[in-house]
Amino acid sequence: MTTRRPSPYPYWFVLPAAVIFTVLFLVPTVASFWFSLTRWDLINTEFIGLDNYRQFFKEPFLVQGLTNTVIYAVLTSGSKTVIGLLLAVLLTSGLRGQGFLRSVVFFPVLVSTIGVGITFSVLMHPTKGLINLGLAEIGLPRVGWLTEASLALYSIAFVDLWKGVGLATLIYIAGLAAISPDYYEAARIDGATRLQRFWRVTVPLVRPATVTVVTLSLIGGLRSFDLIWAMTRGGPGFSSDVLASVIYKQYQAGFYGLSTAGNVILFLLIALIILPLTWWFNRREVDL
Amino acid sequence: MTARDARRQWITGMIAMAVATVIFIVPFAFIFLTAAKTKQDASRLLFTWPEQWQLWQNFTEVLKARNYMLLLAYFNSTVITVGAVAALVVFGAMVGYVLQRRRTGWNKVIYAMVLVGLMVPPAVVPTIWVLQGLGLFKTIHGMILIQIAYGLAFSVLLYRSFIATIPRDLDEAAIIDGAKPLQVFFKVILPLLKPVTVTLIVVQSIAIFNDFTNPLYYLPGKENVTVQLTLYNFQSQFTTQFNLLFMNILLVTIPPLIVFIFFNRQIVAGMTAGAVKG
Amino acid sequence: MTKPIHSAALAAAIALVGGLAHAETTLSLLIDNNPETIAFAESLTAAYTAANPDVTFDIEQRATGAEGDNIVKTRLATGEMADVFNYNSGSLFQALNPATTLADLSDLPNQANVLDSFKSVVTSSDGVVRGVPFGAAMGGGIFYNKKLYEELGLSVPKTWEEFMANNAKIKEAGKVPVAQTYKDTWTSQLFVLADYFNVQAEVPDFAAEYTENKAKYATTPAAMQGFNHLEEVFTAGYLNEDFGAATFDDGMRMVSSGEAAHYPMLTFAIANVKQNYPDNLGDLGFFAQPGASADKNGLTVWMPAGLYVPAASPNLEEARKFVDWVATVDACNLMIGAAGASGPYLIKGCELPADVPPAVADMLPYFQEEGRTAPALEFLSPVKGPALEQITVEVGSGIRPAAEAAALYDQDVEKQAKQLGLPNW
Repeated sequence: MTTRRPSPYPYWFVLPAAVIFTVLFLVPTVASFWFSLTRWDLINTEFIGLDNYRQFFKEPFLVQGLTNTVIYAVLTSGSKTVIGLLLAVLLTSGLRGQGFLRSVVFFPVLVSTIGVGITFSVLMHPTKGLINLGLAEIGLPRVGWLTEASLALYSIAFVDLWKGVGLATLIYIAGLAAISPDYYEAARIDGATRLQRFWRVTVPLVRPATVTVVTLSLIGGLRSFDLIWAMTRGGPGFSSDVLASVIYKQYQAGFYGLSTAGNVILFLLIALIILPLTWWFNRREVDL
Repeated sequence: MTARDARRQWITGMIAMAVATVIFIVPFAFIFLTAAKTKQDASRLLFTWPEQWQLWQNFTEVLKARNYMLLLAYFNSTVITVGAVAALVVFGAMVGYVLQRRRTGWNKVIYAMVLVGLMVPPAVVPTIWVLQGLGLFKTIHGMILIQIAYGLAFSVLLYRSFIATIPRDLDEAAIIDGAKPLQVFFKVILPLLKPVTVTLIVVQSIAIFNDFTNPLYYLPGKENVTVQLTLYNFQSQFTTQFNLLFMNILLVTIPPLIVFIFFNRQIVAGMTAGAVKG
Repeated sequence: MTKPIHSAALAAAIALVGGLAHAETTLSLLIDNNPETIAFAESLTAAYTAANPDVTFDIEQRATGAEGDNIVKTRLATGEMADVFNYNSGSLFQALNPATTLADLSDLPNQANVLDSFKSVVTSSDGVVRGVPFGAAMGGGIFYNKKLYEELGLSVPKTWEEFMANNAKIKEAGKVPVAQTYKDTWTSQLFVLADYFNVQAEVPDFAAEYTENKAKYATTPAAMQGFNHLEEVFTAGYLNEDFGAATFDDGMRMVSSGEAAHYPMLTFAIANVKQNYPDNLGDLGFFAQPGASADKNGLTVWMPAGLYVPAASPNLEEARKFVDWVATVDACNLMIGAAGASGPYLIKGCELPADVPPAVADMLPYFQEEGRTAPALEFLSPVKGPALEQITVEVGSGIRPAAEAAALYDQDVEKQAKQLGLPNW
């Protein structure tokens, strides 16, 4: 026994989480680097070097899948952040029916993604869907929301926003509540307008919430799969394919090594985007 | 507040209400109406009043389908959700607490692992390989552990940022009073985390209850079916029975709704009361 | 790994004492959730349990399509497969790695009833038969609405030109000439896959050359035709307006009700019309996909799915007995009774009833005449790319030109060939 007093924050607190995480997440992840270098049928592995990666980059859909992934992630995460903050401000301003609106906005977060996807693909049906019938009602042309190759990805991103903005709003409401009213009072005394108060007080002070919302929704967007799969399965053709769905398709086809290589590529892409962002956020946090 | 301000508030409120109703409520009304239709009526996909209400008939048909599989699915999903969320709260808060309070070189490692957990897409096939090696493949407790492993990073991240708002004085005072680390954590810290814990419970239980892909891979077998997998029953490649499909969506939506209604007051109260008192 | 050995020893012991010990067995059965398949499975298992009260069944359904493929592959590879399961024959069967994952069924007594043409598509690379037929053979071609044809005074086309001429008249009459349903992406492949009879008529050794990596879709004009056809019907504006969002079920409704004149599809779909639109069954006709010349007009044929037993099944003997019984004429008649006669069953002595629906009657003559059928490519070559259905959606929606699409598909099949370890790839 050492004489050093044990820390009141012992590291064994981390142990239960660490064991589960290591065995069921880290080990498979590390193993995936090996399996990505093999031709694998789940029983036998045959080492083939970087062939899977070469194959993957030969896939003509990959480049599109890659850009789609980035577009989708930036679009959903950006819109969730902006609209989430605006909604949170609106829903903490003492509006009539505020409680009801909060529930209404948050509710889609609760619904099964598959269920939402099925519902919206029905609502977006080109001839029978409610959305186009509504447009026709006010004299606008029908839109092929999910059947037009140039539109499908954006339509799904909209549904993602619809479903996910409630969570961003919730995080922001929590963040706003943590801001002391003194700041607003001080700003008001200084004669700041409503808009100035928003930009000078709310936005900087709600920063921790922004970091959470941006990081979570960006990672979620980059990995997004369920909703796309439920709505278009990457179609029409490959036009709404993202990396996760390309990977899944290789997996479905039984190309386990190839699919695992895709996993590694997705991981690298996410790291490439998120790590600099996190570093930037952390640096700014120290500045504050 | 001036009268003009009040009127403007009132008008904004009304507009917001109307927009929210169209955007957020119509899809649910559609689910509900379609769930009440006959098969032919539903297959036209129109947003109309059902020609003939058969909510109850559709309900019993979905329930009875495949030997009351939905009931079994409810049971399984509940076990998985409750087990995993309980562990996520305790283990996640413990990690977040140490991570925030103790600043040493290990912190970087833990924080890196949190990032890894958030970022890295799970490697499905190698995970099956590990689960099989442990004899956990195709078991409910294996599924619980998987959900814990996948949800930990989010829990830790959420707890870490909120623990930062709890003054150290509180735990230091308890330590000086002679409390053991576990006592400090469970008696002092955890109760203070209640607002964020409620959020975490709601968010994670919804996520786990609604998870579709993971049970599909790690829980094959009829006896292990989960609620989301029952959507498969009615989404056959060849014939789609929209009324039953939407009835199933409706039924699958109800448990999260109950959780929400139950916790709603606490979420709003916890957040508007200034979250954590210092 | 001692457990399976124990149970195998136990099973052997039980088998040895024979009639003395009656073992209660529950066989698990994994089937796809296509209503026709469910009807087959329910009627077969009920009859089998009635005859063998000590054997009961636990039926589990899975998704169809690519997602179902994945479930089957994963569960087989991880040793979690049910005792008996149904799955495609041909190239998809080959992708299961059958020589190691599936039980040898070549010595079942009732294999004698099974037509050789079926046995060849459930034979693994080591020459062992590993399945029995489950359902009826199918033709891939074009469903048409007889009433509409009558009204417009059209006759069944023997060449693609005639087909397109019919389409022009149908469009003039204000009807949809060709229904397409790309929400169910698999339905988009028909124009390409069902054209194989015509490919083979022009290039008889295409399948062999294709397997050896010598012939390609993009460089074989006859093989390109399927892709071209898909493009032509789109460019001519012959499709239903909601082709991108319509489903298989919509397609069968449109063609059987006369909303649309044609729908390229497999004949198993007759069961769908029988179940969902029984009143329209009499108006539904069928013809083979027309090709370049009227002299060489014939039908591309799909073999039925197979029933298989995984090699690792703990109830191997009972499962084999059940599967053996499925290959009898009795079982075949039960299937006909359960889901109707949508095509020939590949069991000797299992005859179709006389009063088949008109679409089936349209199909049968192709089978009765020598040289008027050809198996689909997936039964002649193990090489089938997983992305064909996305590529055909692209061509059929005007996203990608036919020539480019064929080249893309040639590239897609490379992966499958490599995974199978075929020579020359």
